[in-house]
Parts: sequence; C-alpha cells; structure tokens
Amino acid sequence: MGDCGTLAGVANELSVAFGVNGERHKLTLDPRESLLDVLRERLALFGTKKGCDQGQCGACTVHLDGRRVVSCLTPAVQAAGHEVTTIEGIGRDGLHPLQRAFVEHDALQCGYCTPGQIMSGIACIAEGHAGDDDSAREYMSGNICRCGAYAGILQAVREVA
Amino acid sequence: MRPFAYQTAGTVAEAVAALDRGARPLAGGTTLYDLMRLEVETPASVVDIRDIEEIQQILQTDAEVVLGAGVRMADAAEHPVVQGSCPALAESLGLAASQQLRNMATLGGNLLQRTRCWYFRGGPQYRCNKREPGSGCDAIGGVDTTHAVLGGSDACIATYPGDLAVALIAFDGLVDVVGPRGERVVPIAELHRAPGAEPAREHTLEPDELIRRIRVPLTPAMRASTYLKIRPRESYAFALASAAVGVTRDGDGAVLDCRIGLGGVATRPWRAAEAERSLVGGPLTAEGVRRAGELAFAGARPGSRNGFKIELGVRTVADALRIAAEREEPA
Repeated sequence: MGDCGTLAGVANELSVAFGVNGERHKLTLDPRESLLDVLRERLALFGTKKGCDQGQCGACTVHLDGRRVVSCLTPAVQAAGHEVTTIEGIGRDGLHPLQRAFVEHDALQCGYCTPGQIMSGIACIAEGHAGDDDSAREYMSGNICRCGAYAGILQAVREVA
Repeated sequence: MRPFAYQTAGTVAEAVAALDRGARPLAGGTTLYDLMRLEVETPASVVDIRDIEEIQQILQTDAEVVLGAGVRMADAAEHPVVQGSCPALAESLGLAASQQLRNMATLGGNLLQRTRCWYFRGGPQYRCNKREPGSGCDAIGGVDTTHAVLGGSDACIATYPGDLAVALIAFDGLVDVVGPRGERVVPIAELHRAPGAEPAREHTLEPDELIRRIRVPLTPAMRASTYLKIRPRESYAFALASAAVGVTRDGDGAVLDCRIGLGGVATRPWRAAEAERSLVGGPLTAEGVRRAGELAFAGARPGSRNGFKIELGVRTVADALRIAAEREEPA
C-alpha cells in the first residue's frame, strides 16, 4: 500500500476491527479494498467467490449483521464494528440444512455460484421471502447460475423455508 | 482504483462540513464505489454517511409520507407506511436491483444513481460526454438498445436508470436538501436535468448539498397507484420501459386525477403531462389509455436499435393505467 498516506488532511489508511464468523479481526485497510478482497486475500477465506466484481452476479454474497449484501461493492472499511458471516461461518457442525438440501436437489453443477446462493438463500428464508415459488424466485434473482441449476436451487430453498 | 481519503460522519452537520471541504457522499456504495472501481468516478475524498441515524426514519403525517434519505431500499420497500399508502413507491423499490443491493443502497443515493450506459461505464476506450465532456458520444449511432428515446440531445442519450424517482415524479415528490447555506426544498421534477449540451451535469444539487429526506404528498391517486416495469428478463434488470401511474374518477366514471411517470425510456425521470391531461374529464376507455400512451411518446426520437421502446412504452402506459384503474377505490 505504498501509495497510501494522507489526502486532504484525512488519513486514508485505516485501522478497523470487525467480526468474521464470530472471530474478531483487526486490520489496517486501504479504503479502496473491497470486503470481498479482504475476506479472500487478507483473511484467506476463499469460500466467498469473485464472479463479476461489479455487483451483478451475487457470487460474493455474504451477511453483514445478518443481512445479505454483495461483498464486491462493500468497501471493507464499512464493515468496521459490524459482524460478517461467510459460507465458512455456517454449518460448522456438519452441513447447514440448506447445504444439505442443495446436495439432495442437485442444486449445482460447477459449484462456483453455490456459496453465494447458499448465503443468499439462508437470508431469503430468514426474511420470509421463500414462502412460495414466485417469491423465492424473485428474491433469489440476485444470484446468477451460469450452469442453470435454478430448478434445483428453487426446490432446495423452498424445502428448507 | 485511484487512492482516496475516507472519513465517516455521524451527523448531517458533520457530513455537510465534509462536503463543504470537497468530499463526496458515500452511502451504500452501489453506485459511487462501483464507478470508482471502474475509474469512471475519481473523487479524492469521500464521507461515509451510512450510519447517520437522523436520516433513517420513515413516517406518515396527515398530508405526506416522509422518507429519510439514508433508509435502505429494502427497508423502504417493505415498510408498512410505504406499502399501505404508496403502492407505486413500494413496487418501484421492490422491483429494483436485487435484495442484496437493496439491502445496501439508500433512497437518497438511488435518486442520484448514475446511468448504466455501457459507453459511460466502459471507460476511456469509448467517447462519452458525460464522463469526459466534449469527447463525443459513442452511444449515438452505436449500440443504443437500452438508450433513451425521450429527452436526449446531440451530446447524450444515456437513460436515467432509477425506478423510485419515476414513481416520485408522477406524484409530485420533493426532496429536502441541506448544505452549508441551509436547507431548501427541491421538487423531484426539478432535481434531475436532461443532458442538453452538458451531459455531465445530471442534477441540480450543488456539490456540497445532501439530500436529507424525501416527501410525497398523500393523494387518492397515490393510494391507488401502480408501478409497472418491463425488463429484458423477469427480475433483476433495469427497465426497458416502466410507468408509474395513478388514477381517480368521480361517481360517473370521469377521470378526476391522472398521473403518469415514465422510466427506462428517457434521459431523466419523465412526467407525461400531456398524456395525463388527455384523460382528465372523460371516462377511461381502451382507446383512451392507448391514446394517452401514444401522446406520452409523441416526441420520442428513436436511435438505431431502440425504436422498439416506443411501442413497448405506449403499451406499458396503457397497461399501467388499466392496473391503476382496477386498484382505485370507488369514489
């Protein structure tokens, strides 16, 4: 971060603390760093995937204080004081019920979008948006699957809801 | 991405002080941070206004609904006041983006969301008068499938991408704006600019002004309103055409009030005033709603590939008028 320093009298290298999957982390961040890059490159949590890196595919979906967000468009400094949950943070004692349902319903082929689908699906169910097929489809639309496993994804989310 | 200085503001006053020193406001990040990563936006300094409590409320008075500019789109879309009193607002929010992005983006930021024109977002390999004033416009005569047929100029035909502002302009929404010189009120109809000769100037706020709250008058037309959005896929896409509509009629079925806002087809949130007037005073007929749609697009200027938006838009207006009429409570 050689080009950090001070601009307009405001520090642009920040010391921030936030929780990830129940563990507290203290990091010095350049405000340019996305939460996605910090999770993967600084904390070695590779479960969260980088797809489009422009907020259009949902592969990088994580929970910020329990709400699903795309981590590619979340400046990591905005996580300061908050709790992040990634795919590594769920189902720690065996598979989460939604992960199990994804296996049972063949809700993936290549698997690249799956961590984002699972994190989005868990939130979708918690929000109460998975009560019927139409609602589950609509509220899962932020997660793109290029293999086209949507039928299985829908069944899995509906089964756990 | 270019380096920038980051600071947070805990109050509106702190935010305005930072804007006064040249910082840009950052909230959900879904537009500004996205465009900074593409190096389309290059602010030297941003002030994070996400955690300002005093701009997070939604409330209803006798005359209006008041929405804090810092409220997340997802929260506004599901708020009982918005759902109960302003169906077009709730629908415009709920049909925008995805739940992840709605959990991040704020109402104030959404109003000033920048265009999705791919020549604008695509960076220096394309000419863009909005990104680089005076450089030209590669959308004109280029791949203009998603571009505007209303409100364009010889310098820019980029479509205004938002939904909420379209619903607000139809129902006379306002924003309360705060800056170093105090507060002022800006009607949504005067918030956005058509590109004209200066496409880079998209709105009428000063760089040191912040939207504090959005206000919408509660009218019978608003209570029976609808937002119809037509997209290239069923969900999670920008509008190819959209219409925010509300209608009220008297006991004999004559139209008393009619509101029509258009999205996805214009360079700014668009109000189809002449189409509205064509319906007032008479009954709502199939021919009448079709004619209103045609009037709304009477001044349309298609480019090379977006001419389909005119017929699509006409039908969207007509369909939205039918839906709004069904929702209307008997006078």
